Amino acid sequence: MSSRGGKLSSSSSELDLDGPNIEDYLPSGSSINEPRGKLRLRDLLDISPTLTEAAGAIVDDSFTRCFKSNPPEPWNWNVYLFPLWCFGVAVRYLILFPARVVVLTIGWIIFLSSFIPVHFLLKGHDKLRKKMERVLVELMCSFFVASWTGVVKYHGPRPSIRPKQVFVANHTSMIDFIILEQMTAFAVIMQKHPGWVGLLQSTILESVGCIWFNRSEAKDREIVAKKLRDHVQGVDNNPLLIFPEGTCINNQYSVMFKKGAFELGCTVCPIAIKYNKIFVDAFWNSRKQSFTMHLLQLMTSWAVVCDVWYLEPQNLRPGETPIEFAEFI
Amino acid sequence: MGNTSSMLTQYDIEEVQQHCNNAFSQQEIVSLYQRFCQLDRNGGGFISAEEFLSVPEFAVNPLSQRLLRMLDGLNFKEFVAFLSAFSPRATLQHKIEFIFKVYDSDGNGKVTFNDMLDVLHDLTGQFISEQQREQVLTHVLEEAGYTKESLLVMSDFVKILGSSGLKMEVEVPVD
Repeated sequence: MSSRGGKLSSSSSELDLDGPNIEDYLPSGSSINEPRGKLRLRDLLDISPTLTEAAGAIVDDSFTRCFKSNPPEPWNWNVYLFPLWCFGVAVRYLILFPARVVVLTIGWIIFLSSFIPVHFLLKGHDKLRKKMERVLVELMCSFFVASWTGVVKYHGPRPSIRPKQVFVANHTSMIDFIILEQMTAFAVIMQKHPGWVGLLQSTILESVGCIWFNRSEAKDREIVAKKLRDHVQGVDNNPLLIFPEGTCINNQYSVMFKKGAFELGCTVCPIAIKYNKIFVDAFWNSRKQSFTMHLLQLMTSWAVVCDVWYLEPQNLRPGETPIEFAEFI
Repeated sequence: MGNTSSMLTQYDIEEVQQHCNNAFSQQEIVSLYQRFCQLDRNGGGFISAEEFLSVPEFAVNPLSQRLLRMLDGLNFKEFVAFLSAFSPRATLQHKIEFIFKVYDSDGNGKVTFNDMLDVLHDLTGQFISEQQREQVLTHVLEEAGYTKESLLVMSDFVKILGSSGLKMEVEVPVD
């Protein structure tokens, strides 16, 4: 990881040039006849710095570098392993799965029986209620993780609750959120999902202060942008977690988040989540599988093993544009 | 060439090298292949727009959508050819051609006023208004001897950008 600076340095030094600032050459009310400098067609057409940045990112980027993993070797299927595999399936489906369902159910019961009273009874005492709800959500997530026999290793300092902090993580599946939530209650930006997940989102997750967006609504972007800003400024709010990738159904959103996360003017703390593929493939194709199916699939696998790295927080240095900043991360 | 296999033979490497006019060394091509496989998560033999956008630094780039149009559905050989414009060994002509293709979104070999305006919009969208952009572009075009109705072709681009010391290079990491 040591040579990150070297690869991207060619593009960041070009960013300093980045062509003359067009705004300097705009007529301030009067005629265009006296530009302050010599802006020529050549300068306008030369998009090479931006293209170089893009190509640089395609060729190599520091974020993905965290995940240089070796492709898992395929099992050598032969007569001996097959019965073993069948046995494994039997164990997974008949023993582990029911046990996990039980664990999960117990977890839900405990959670709901504590959450609902807390939510209603402590309506007046917001601070206390928030604290308790936070703890309960964390607990619930631990149950979830246990239900897939999740073995999660956390590296790095735990995130602290400070204002003006934004967390950014890579996104493999919905369970990323649960794994992170288990350690620290985050507020997340998510899309409203249909079904029981949506119900979950509206009620319980509301308590940790999540922000919803609806890709199909036109004005939603502005509303969400404002909500983001408010949340980040708030002292008492849970730290905000953003998954900048999202799916590319609506391009406006993905671009907005990616830029938006860095434009908020706060400290950005990257989190890297890496799954060990030997045990289970945590990659969730949301197009192909519903969340419930995915959960079931996880619960019938051996385990979910992953590593979570909390990386160093990065700050926006004065004068840097969001793009440069994103590059820096 | 086996697009979905994870084995790259010497023959494949040479074929790719030829296809990109030796813009990359064999080692760089191997690195690029590893990178290609890394990005192509579902192993479909090409990198989808989603997979490109999963690189945060690419997603925040203002020209990412335009580039995605050019990158869509490319197999590895074409991917390398695409990137060859960024090799230090690529000719200035090649780089200018690449820039031309970014502007010429309908691929008819002519760049219109609107094409240029669109790219400017991608780059400066939130900072200045559409009107101001049009004004600046018109003025600068006229100064260079074109008009709003001019259709620029490749040779125009070479004339405009050719003398400028264009620097557009990317280093391929070789372990």
